Amino acid sequence: MPDLTAKKRRPLWFNLSPLNLPIPGLVSISHRVSGALLFLGLIWFLFLLDMSLGSEAGFARFQAYVAHPVVKIPMLVFLWAYLHHLCAGVRHLLLDIGKGVDLATARMSAFAVFIAGLALTAFIGAKLW
Amino acid sequence: MKRIIVGAHYGLRDWLAQRVTALVMLAYTLVLVLALPRGELTYTAWKTMFAHEWMRFATFLFAASILIHAWIGVRNIWMDYCKHTGLRLALEIATILWLVGCAGWAMQILWRI
Repeated sequence: MPDLTAKKRRPLWFNLSPLNLPIPGLVSISHRVSGALLFLGLIWFLFLLDMSLGSEAGFARFQAYVAHPVVKIPMLVFLWAYLHHLCAGVRHLLLDIGKGVDLATARMSAFAVFIAGLALTAFIGAKLW
Repeated sequence: MKRIIVGAHYGLRDWLAQRVTALVMLAYTLVLVLALPRGELTYTAWKTMFAHEWMRFATFLFAASILIHAWIGVRNIWMDYCKHTGLRLALEIATILWLVGCAGWAMQILWRI
């Protein structure tokens, strides 16, 4: 008689830390990390939106606030998190519909996600700076 | 028989919701980039952009999408790393309350304009 209770032991957790992550794996974990970061940054973003849309004086305060380097640097980090998460998400959706599933393309697109995320951050960051 | 309760039947629904909300947010991001005022950003231009009814509708959809998308994503994080059932439940409840609160604040910001 097989042990039926063994099948019910879910969810399963595997220790994968001894493995070296290939680049698609790095996209996967950074997708999660950037998502978590955006979740944490949500309240700050709302705070900024509230300040900027509240009143003329609030908008002036907002402009002075985001011009400060101490604010700009974390803003750039959040901008990167948003853009990287977006690019990784588009790649994920393409994989879902069966585009770029073969190993060579998957590796290349993973690399492209990192480059695109950083390039877009640099481009938009330079415009906003 | 000892049973471990993890819930059931939300897999496909959440999987689909994650993708639909992702597409909504992707579309909104593109619309926002196109709708942004050109040149020097003034308070009037900034406010006018969000005051349009269609923009308010789009921003509402965006906020609702974040709410659902972040809930599924953050819940998956808790499910993967937090192995203590009681603590996980507490974190999941806190996440829901936090996200609903944030969505409420977003609505207040948008409808006050």
